[in-house]
Amino acid sequence: MIDLLTEFPELPRTVLRDIKKTVDLGFKEFSRAYGESIEGFFYPLLKLLVFIEDVLIATPWPIIIGIVAGLGYWATRSYKLVMGVIVALFVVGLFGMWEDTMETSGIIIVSTLVSILIGIPLGIAMSKSNTAQSIVTPILDFMQTLPPFVYLVPVVMLLGIGKVPGLIAVVVYAVPPVVRLTNLGIREVDKEIIEAAESFGATPRQKLYKVQIPLAMPTIFAGINQTIMMALAMVIIASMIGVKGLGLEVLRSITNQYLALGLLNGAAIVVIAIIFDRISQAYGKRIQEHRKGGHH
Amino acid sequence: MSKTKIKIENLYKIFGRNSKSSIELVQNGMSKDELLEKKGHVLGLNDINMSIEESSVHVVMGLSGSGKSTLIRHINRLIDPTDGIVEVDGQDITKLDAIGLNEFRKNKTGMVFQRFGLLPHLNILDNVTFGLDIKKVDKSISHPKAMDWLNQVGLDGYERRYPQELSGGMQQRVGLARALTNDPEILLMDEAFSALDPLIKKDMQDILIDLQKKLKKTIVFITHDLDEALKLGDKIAILKDGFMDQEGTAIDILLDPKTDYVKRFVEDVNRSRVLKAKNIMESHDKIPQDLLNGQKMTLEDDLVLDKFLNKVITEKPSLIEVQSNGNAVGYITADRLSFILQK
Repeated sequence: MIDLLTEFPELPRTVLRDIKKTVDLGFKEFSRAYGESIEGFFYPLLKLLVFIEDVLIATPWPIIIGIVAGLGYWATRSYKLVMGVIVALFVVGLFGMWEDTMETSGIIIVSTLVSILIGIPLGIAMSKSNTAQSIVTPILDFMQTLPPFVYLVPVVMLLGIGKVPGLIAVVVYAVPPVVRLTNLGIREVDKEIIEAAESFGATPRQKLYKVQIPLAMPTIFAGINQTIMMALAMVIIASMIGVKGLGLEVLRSITNQYLALGLLNGAAIVVIAIIFDRISQAYGKRIQEHRKGGHH
Repeated sequence: MSKTKIKIENLYKIFGRNSKSSIELVQNGMSKDELLEKKGHVLGLNDINMSIEESSVHVVMGLSGSGKSTLIRHINRLIDPTDGIVEVDGQDITKLDAIGLNEFRKNKTGMVFQRFGLLPHLNILDNVTFGLDIKKVDKSISHPKAMDWLNQVGLDGYERRYPQELSGGMQQRVGLARALTNDPEILLMDEAFSALDPLIKKDMQDILIDLQKKLKKTIVFITHDLDEALKLGDKIAILKDGFMDQEGTAIDILLDPKTDYVKRFVEDVNRSRVLKAKNIMESHDKIPQDLLNGQKMTLEDDLVLDKFLNKVITEKPSLIEVQSNGNAVGYITADRLSFILQK
């Protein structure tokens, strides 16, 4: 009796072992049977990722800095930000991290694109149906609270180590904000404006493209911004399963206790994070401008 | 008499899950409160019957919660009825499918909203052409139309601005222009001027009256303001708790309020300021012959009593002839005038 209170009534060791074994074996069998076709399915993604990385690395560095500075100016109209971008990228290159930075940027760009491609339609579907919302929301909660290390395991078992499994892990981790905020943005659109569109005989499709998505755009953009930030965080962890770039160097510095290497690569990640964040946020604000009033 | 444009018959709206089941209870006289308590259903409209004449302004008046906004949304079916018939030009629109309903909305109705319902991401011109864009009308046709309407509501030069840059009154002019650009036969105005401050509100009412003289649309106008109802309405329906309390012309309602609710509304109205000559005149055919010999005074039919009382007192005409566009349409006697003002 006392035993029952002090010791948690666990399942018998053999049962636990059998459960784990069954799951492991089952999944292994699944990945043996379908692993190749799943890999085949993701092949275009790999091509895209490699292509973007190649382009970023092959393009002469002054052109890349010029493009990023230009984007920064276009989005923010701030010379201070542009100067900051140029100096920071220059320093990153000076310390020998240019190629890694480009590689990391490449995977961020691709994983953000994939997240948007999955997240926006899913968010729209959620906004249209309460059933869809009540199914997807707990899944998103689960994805966001599950420690990222845990879902590296099935991804690796299924696809092995490499760029694509890394990319998938990043997308799984980064997609929830854009889904949530697309859903929220569309649901938040003023009911009277929706009624106005309906009163003119707008079809559901016209309503979506002419009213709901444009009005939800600032919120959707906040989601994309968060997705980019989450992708940046995950890209470091994903280095454990074969994603190259700055994250791998950070991982190396942890295992070898290289303080300087760790700090430098960490700083380079911060630089990319700030650049992506400022540009996407400023763009999100710009599309909101008309709604706030003021004169042009 | 002109023909009926919109006919509403035995219209019920009950909000809540499985609300059809409550119809019978309501028909058997269950009250709004009782229904809410027993079934959790909210009674929105209770056996509404109305017929709205073509080219008239029909005002639906009531306080908040009276069901007036619910009622107007049945005319373009932004809300589906629980039971009853809504006929427009003899067609029961409650039977339309999704495609038919969109066609109906595109061609027959235009709506103006209390908080304007403009699209903040589009400039004024694109807001005004919105209805035509939905109909996929080419910009080369829709732009000139929109510019013409912007001009008519006094907003030329603002077409490239954005809604947030405009004042409330200007935004509502855009809302009006947007509805009119579609050239609907029926204009639905849901508390269209209620969000505006008093002076702007008066301007907008005058704009609407002026436009209506030319356009002759069938207008359904929702308001909680009796003065506005009396000023605009050819006919006024007063709604309370989803019931139609009384329906009639301004003079019917002012002189003969049927219920306590309507009486309380009417008490504080300054009749000489809201009634127009046409509201109190008697038919021209029935002019008593003996009055024709005395001194005659003529005035326009939409003149408010206040504006001609002084003249009547000083000139003491034996007959006031009411004209519309230069044609005699009716007459007012001194007795009639004092009766109206004293009752």
